[in-house]
Amino acid sequence: MMTQTTRNTLALVVGLAAAGAALAAGADLGQTSKQATNWVAIGMFGAFVALTLFITKWAAAKTRSAADFYTAGGGITGFQNGLAIAGDYMSAASFLGISGLVFASGFDGLIFSIGWLVGWPVITFLMAERLRNLGKFTFADVAAYRFSQTPIRSFAATGSLVVVAFYMIAQMVGAGQLIKVLFGLEYQYAVVIVGVLMMMYVLFGGMTATTWVQIIKAVMLLCGATFMAIAVLYQFNFNPEALFAKAVEVHAKHDLIMAPGGLIKDPISAISVGLALMFGTAGLPHILMRFFTVPSAAEARKSVGWATTWIGYFYILTFIIGFGAIVMLTQDPASYYVDGDIAKGLKGGGNMAAVHLANAVGGNVFLGFISAVAFATILAVVAGLTLSGASAVSHDLYATVFKKGNADSAAELRVSKITTICLGILAVILGILFEKENVAYMVMLAFAIACSANFPVLFMSVLWKDCTTRGAVAGGTVGLLMSVGLTVLSPAVWEAVLLNEKGSAPFPYSSPALFSMSAAFFVIWLVSILDRSAQASKERAAFLAQQVRSETGIGASTASAH
Amino acid sequence: MKDDVAARIAANPKYQKLKSTRAGFSIVMTILMMVVYYGYILLIAFNKEWLGTKLGEGMTTSVGIPLGLGVIAFTIIITNIYVRRANTEFDALNAEVVREEGRK
Repeated sequence: MMTQTTRNTLALVVGLAAAGAALAAGADLGQTSKQATNWVAIGMFGAFVALTLFITKWAAAKTRSAADFYTAGGGITGFQNGLAIAGDYMSAASFLGISGLVFASGFDGLIFSIGWLVGWPVITFLMAERLRNLGKFTFADVAAYRFSQTPIRSFAATGSLVVVAFYMIAQMVGAGQLIKVLFGLEYQYAVVIVGVLMMMYVLFGGMTATTWVQIIKAVMLLCGATFMAIAVLYQFNFNPEALFAKAVEVHAKHDLIMAPGGLIKDPISAISVGLALMFGTAGLPHILMRFFTVPSAAEARKSVGWATTWIGYFYILTFIIGFGAIVMLTQDPASYYVDGDIAKGLKGGGNMAAVHLANAVGGNVFLGFISAVAFATILAVVAGLTLSGASAVSHDLYATVFKKGNADSAAELRVSKITTICLGILAVILGILFEKENVAYMVMLAFAIACSANFPVLFMSVLWKDCTTRGAVAGGTVGLLMSVGLTVLSPAVWEAVLLNEKGSAPFPYSSPALFSMSAAFFVIWLVSILDRSAQASKERAAFLAQQVRSETGIGASTASAH
Repeated sequence: MKDDVAARIAANPKYQKLKSTRAGFSIVMTILMMVVYYGYILLIAFNKEWLGTKLGEGMTTSVGIPLGLGVIAFTIIITNIYVRRANTEFDALNAEVVREEGRK
């Protein structure tokens, strides 16, 4: 086990250097080694499951129509939705990954947390109210508002499902790796537990249950992280300078942790990753879907206001937690490091900094709490992803493309539930298939696709009068293919997964977003202006009505409109 | 929404005011956010040394840390400023447009 952990730590360091952004960004927790069974953590997780299943039972009674299933009947408040969005976003990867990155290289961790946050204001300023005013159940409702339904829905559903698939694989593999370290259970258990529980939440409780699972988890995570940060600062009389001074003294890299390191190598990668994070958030189907759960545009704005506040606060906490781990874990190497040797790295790998710190500041019970929260986080995110995948299939493909809008609510609901079961089974199979694979690039890829395929189509269809169906589908498809293609040719896949020689990747940058997103916008523009069809002029003529509704909310679908 | 209704609302001066004020405000806010974020990223790409400079004689904290935390704080503040203005001033204007439309 020792050699394996050392190898893992090494792999982590190599991965950091090679994949850069991808690793810290991803839900990938690397290969981990199984630890002793932690009954306290399992018990705490059991309590969380009991509570969430109880809520699911309550939610099931309220989930009757398709609207209840997709959007909780539009009855979530802005504050609640803000917490749920924050919950969707504060994944296990951002909690363990960013605090682990701060633990390993200090300042660099901060760069990523900022990248993850800055997409939110942009969504608020440009998209939130328009999404709420135009949409009903899925983001395709918005993109397809004045367009020819079949092509644009098929495209949007594909975009959603591809993003969901990559995001989901990363989460499932992360869950499997985490359960080995946190609970001391086998990888396969995690995959099956997540698959089964997630299906129960979504199947029986729909959006109501998924939202409340997310809210509970977000509150637990925020409370746990706040406690840890306060415990760390308390040791230094709430003087950050003293914390940093001590960290620099004990960290192997000393003063280097106070300055940017090697994570941002070239400006093009930096900007490209920045774009993927900033605009990818505005193209994630499970995030966009949340804008339809609130009753009005005002509540939609409040949701993002709260979400941004909680996420930003959380990232500040992870920064303190990472530095706290540097100081406090080195005081007791025997408990936290492999063979008690700091040079050999943390037990369970570099992403375990926050988990070990939980033990250091709060003992075994708090360790159990944080472990349970970390695992619950993955579960909640997977439930949200499944729900958005199921709505893409039932609402966009089945009801609109296949049934041409003539499906009744009961049939649509049945298709959602069948899809949920299929996605659940698929998630378990993929989780098991990808156990030994390097999935570090997958979340970054999901963001790249979201910002190159979904976002440009959404943005142009809502804001640009001359955009047409042909333009949107052509541009979105180019963005989708290009973001996947360039990612395969980038170091994160070409070298780290396909094991080609280092430095041989044909596409040398950390993210394709700068190129694929620009290409998508360009093609949407070009094909749209060249589109002289009768359908195109009808679509342009319909823009005014769309714009008036998107600005004023007159005619917007309301909580009771189902 | 019927096209004639849309055209009527679009011709309402209050609607036009709402649309242009809000669009102007969101564009300015978006640009501000982009400048702050990409400014920070480009600083990291081009001037790592300066970010590593100490805040003061004998201190450990470097310039980059308050700056980075400042970007997080800025993001939170700018988002909430927009939400507040949109939910009060713009929504009041919006309500007038909706009310006037309701009378027609």
